[in-house]
Amino acid sequence: MSNKGSVLILGGRSDIGLAVAHQFAASGHPILLAARNSQSLEAEKKDIELRHGVNVSLHDFDALDTASHGAFVDGLGDLPEIAVCAVGVLGDQFENEQNTETAIEVMRANYEGPASIMGVLANRFEERGSGALVGISSVAGDRGRASNYIYGSAKAGFTAFLSGLRNRLAKRGVHVVTVKPGFVATKMVEGLDLPEKLTADPKELGEKIEAAVTRGKNVIYVKPIWAIVMMIIRNIPEMIFKKTSI
Amino acid sequence: MKLSGWGQFPRIDCHVTAPRTDAEVAAALTKGHAIARGNGRAYGDSAASAQNTVDMRGFNRMIAFDDATGQVVAEAGVLLGDVINAFLPRGWFPPVTPGTKFVTIGGMIAADVHGKNHHKHGTFGAFVDWIDVMGADGTVQRCSPTENADLFAWTMGGMGLTGIILRAAFRLSKVESAWIKQTMIPAANLDAAMDVFEASGEATYSVAWIDCLSAGDALGRSLVMLGEHAPRDTLDLEKRRRPFDIAAKSKRSIPFNAPSFALNSLTVRAFNAAYFYNGQRKAGDSFVDWDSYFYPLDAILGWNRIYGRKGFMQFQCALPLDSSKKGLEALLRATSVAGQGSFLAVLKRFGAQDSRFSFPMEGYTLALDFPVNPETLALMKQLDQITLDHGGRFYLAKDARMTPETLRSADPRVDEFLNMRAAAGRAATFSSAQSERLKL
Ligand SMILES: Cc1cc2nc3c(=O)[nH]c(=O)nc-3n(C[C@H](O)[C@H](O)[C@H](O)COP(=O)(O)OP(=O)(O)OC[C@H]3O[C@@H](n4cnc5c(N)ncnc54)[C@H](O)[C@@H]3O)c2cc1C
Ligand SMILES: NC(=O)c1ccc[n+]([C@@H]2O[C@H](COP(=O)([O-])OP(=O)(O)OC[C@H]3O[C@@H](n4cnc5c(N)ncnc54)[C@H](OP(=O)(O)O)[C@@H]3O)[C@@H](O)[C@H]2O)c1
Repeated sequence: MSNKGSVLILGGRSDIGLAVAHQFAASGHPILLAARNSQSLEAEKKDIELRHGVNVSLHDFDALDTASHGAFVDGLGDLPEIAVCAVGVLGDQFENEQNTETAIEVMRANYEGPASIMGVLANRFEERGSGALVGISSVAGDRGRASNYIYGSAKAGFTAFLSGLRNRLAKRGVHVVTVKPGFVATKMVEGLDLPEKLTADPKELGEKIEAAVTRGKNVIYVKPIWAIVMMIIRNIPEMIFKKTSI
Repeated sequence: MKLSGWGQFPRIDCHVTAPRTDAEVAAALTKGHAIARGNGRAYGDSAASAQNTVDMRGFNRMIAFDDATGQVVAEAGVLLGDVINAFLPRGWFPPVTPGTKFVTIGGMIAADVHGKNHHKHGTFGAFVDWIDVMGADGTVQRCSPTENADLFAWTMGGMGLTGIILRAAFRLSKVESAWIKQTMIPAANLDAAMDVFEASGEATYSVAWIDCLSAGDALGRSLVMLGEHAPRDTLDLEKRRRPFDIAAKSKRSIPFNAPSFALNSLTVRAFNAAYFYNGQRKAGDSFVDWDSYFYPLDAILGWNRIYGRKGFMQFQCALPLDSSKKGLEALLRATSVAGQGSFLAVLKRFGAQDSRFSFPMEGYTLALDFPVNPETLALMKQLDQITLDHGGRFYLAKDARMTPETLRSADPRVDEFLNMRAAAGRAATFSSAQSERLKL
């Protein structure tokens, strides 16, 4: 088999995470899929192995169980070369406005858990002096909007965390990529009526993310149009913005 | 969600679910009027149901591969192109392939697709070892030529109307390289083209592109293309070293619907003339990579949009051997007289076929593309009648507008198909826009 470095996917059942796994596997990287109840990913493991002829291993991982993150990384055996965090929960904005418990779950799953595990990996990668960390954040973190600010605020936190991490590790041989997808056709958004032109296929994310890692890009929007859309949204004066419903 | 087949006609507002597990498929079936949808490459309304379209592309995992026999086990929504990407580098190729690799395994089985090698190897169904089919009550039956053999036989070519195919095991064929040795033979008219086919029964692949605007003595003027998988030792040194590598191709795409005047009889005439002229210059042998040989149109993503918003239709019939010549002449003459150029006109020789409801029969098959407009709709009715007069039948995977009467006149197998549908609650649970139109 190949001698390419392994790729750890955190959130290994996520549609985006799996697309990224296929993309790297097709280039010959062994894959580690980490998820809750990871043995239920046997079929995905077999599928990736059959298609791409690389090794795939499964690892139990709960982003919210932050105390376990150090032991989780120890349990991987060899430290992966690349780690991609695709953990996230969209939640129901309306419900979360009424219920702090569920709101906090969304905040933890999109910020606290991902930041914790990326922090642990960052230290190990820094020690080794190489590697790439990819965090999947969201355009929702670029500006808080009435329709999804609970999810969005957690993503904003994650975006800032990744930015700081990149700044810290830039001279240490570790590269950090922030991915800010717009809409992606995955089970997270199933049933929502998304505009076709603004919606990416998970496969597109896989391609863009591999390219960003190889070319050392820092922040990527998946569909270029989103960079423009979000620039406009970020620049609307608050006086006007607060009255809009975007 | 608005859905259509590859021809973008008709467009139907459909309720769509995208299950990923057997249980989710079973839940979808309880609502009735369900039809499986693969990758939407059938041209018309076979894979759409306004009430309950079941998008099977989430069933996209490969399950097993046996290196000794070439048997692949995969979920029904796996794309043929992905099978090729995974196994061609290991020396295996699909034994039968349609003219696009963007089809699902489920769609290939449901339409029991044929390739350029039908005269030698039959349809894809001949290489299917077993399928798992979910019936109206949500139970799954393993079907093979020996187990639940009736359901197996009806599902090949059953157009999704026997149940939902969840998984399948099928065999690949061993090949020595990713290259095809192509022999191009220009034929001055239909007679000449048919002579080439009849003399080339031993060729693995054969197909003819017809210039269907040619008339008179040149009626049926065509380029016949024969092909063989190239053995490794026939390749030049560079290819021999890496026999399964072909250069990655850049994809062009047609991003929006062209205005409908882009394809009129003038442009079609120019295209056909140029194609034929170029082909004549390239007559003889050449090595062509598998992607360009089998899937020339796949290189232009979304090419169906050049026909414009109104969409297009394909007419494809099969004619029995003894009436093929007369029938083909009549079909080509009617097309030529109507001046409704077909961008694509493809002629193939079919071998013997013994199956419950699959399309091929021993003889010839002709496929023509037309933009949708009143003139071409009238022409296609005429082509229906010519086909009926010559004992032929029609390919449901291409049909978008046939009448139930035409289907019944063409195909005496319909009665038995309906009996099969009446059993086990199938007719109530499974139906497509096409089955409703054709009263199947
Ligand atoms: C450019 C082009 C070239 C082609 N060339 C050829 C050719 O050379 N030979 C040939 O035979 N065909 C050819 N076709 C037709 C194509 O191969 C068939 O229509 C095929 O069925 C399409 O597969 P799909 O996955 O897109 O299925 P769809 O178009 O989505 O569905 C087609 C039929 O299969 C059924 N179906 C799909 N999945 C399942 C499932 N899981 N369980 C049960 N039923 C299912 C649907 O209900 C429907 O009736 C061509 C089509 C195109 C666009
Ligand atoms: N889809 C979009 O439009 C879109 C847009 C922008 C950003 N994103 C981001 O992209 C990433 C991937 O999402 P997706 O679209 O692929 O959706 P998805 O399929 O729903 O993936 C989300 C994944 O997060 C995992 N997860 C949630 N909580 C977890 C926890 N505590 N521990 C471990 N794993 C946990 C889930 O695991 P289980 O399967 O175990 O529940 C699930 O696999 C997310 O960060 C999402 O916010 C998505």
